[in-house]
Amino acid sequence: MSFASFGEFLNMGGHALYVWLSYGAAAGVMLYNWAAARRQQRRALQDVLDRMRRETGGRADGRAGRGDEER
Amino acid sequence: MTLKELWHRLGSPRWFYRISGPLAWVLGILALVLLVSGSVWGLAFAPPDYQQGNSFRIIYIHVPTAIVAQSAYMLMGVAGAILLVWRMKMADMVLAATVPFGMTMTALALFTGAVWGKPTWGAWWVWDARTTSMLVLLFLYFGLYALRQAIPRQETAGRACAVLAVVGVINIPIIKYSVDWWLTLHQGATFRLTEAPAMPPEMWIPLAVNVLGLYCFFGANLVGRLRAEIVRREARTAWVRALAAGELQTAREVSEDEVLKMGAGTGAGR
Repeated sequence: MSFASFGEFLNMGGHALYVWLSYGAAAGVMLYNWAAARRQQRRALQDVLDRMRRETGGRADGRAGRGDEER
Repeated sequence: MTLKELWHRLGSPRWFYRISGPLAWVLGILALVLLVSGSVWGLAFAPPDYQQGNSFRIIYIHVPTAIVAQSAYMLMGVAGAILLVWRMKMADMVLAATVPFGMTMTALALFTGAVWGKPTWGAWWVWDARTTSMLVLLFLYFGLYALRQAIPRQETAGRACAVLAVVGVINIPIIKYSVDWWLTLHQGATFRLTEAPAMPPEMWIPLAVNVLGLYCFFGANLVGRLRAEIVRREARTAWVRALAAGELQTAREVSEDEVLKMGAGTGAGR
């Protein structure tokens, strides 16, 4: 351990703002990329399903499909 | 499997989709483990720099993002060349799927560089060769992103992006050697293939761990985005329709009856 206490660790020898800003931004960018990839995969599959629903005319039981409700 | 067979299989979106699901998970978990351990090590256990003190710990973010931002561009250059020479549609998908990740990595490298520059050089930004060539890299990513949005025809957009990606590769050696060719405020390379690092092991090992971890994250993210791209572009094929119905049925978003009615479960939907 390079620091004597947790307070010193947070303070980063007076460079807390710079160090934590960098790590915070990095964490944000990573999370964004992870979430974006996940969202895109789900949406792409959902779009395929929506198109299939439109082609077959909604749900089997006669009610409007999920894709139609959103529109 | 011979190399030639592998090459042909890599050109098949369906084959790639089938094998890549577990790959994304393995790479993602590896990335998480490596990045968390490398960062904790670098932040709390590595010794402070004798001149910069603790602000040097930004290196554990800055250097990996800068390296991966350039590697991502190299990958796009190779994918672009493959698309132009062999017309492989998977190459265009790889190119398209890499742009957002590379763009955010370049922006992060520039941002952490600025945040590191303030306590070290006394300025958020300097127009030296390294920072400027890195800014050019960011603009190349913007260009690739905008170009694809601007051209509606997919094939034309792919060719245009491939040309831009290949031409832009010239910037990569400029970034790399900028610190040697010109007198820059930016320091020289942290890692070189031919020499031992100038830092002691307790400083550079966590950095190497984070570089490896970020490469794994890049891999996982690329695979994830590529899978979405494959589904989008192959949306009219029977296999993607069966897949969409199957996946959403597993997630209980659609009933089995409905899937059967659409004829997707049997792969009959075309």
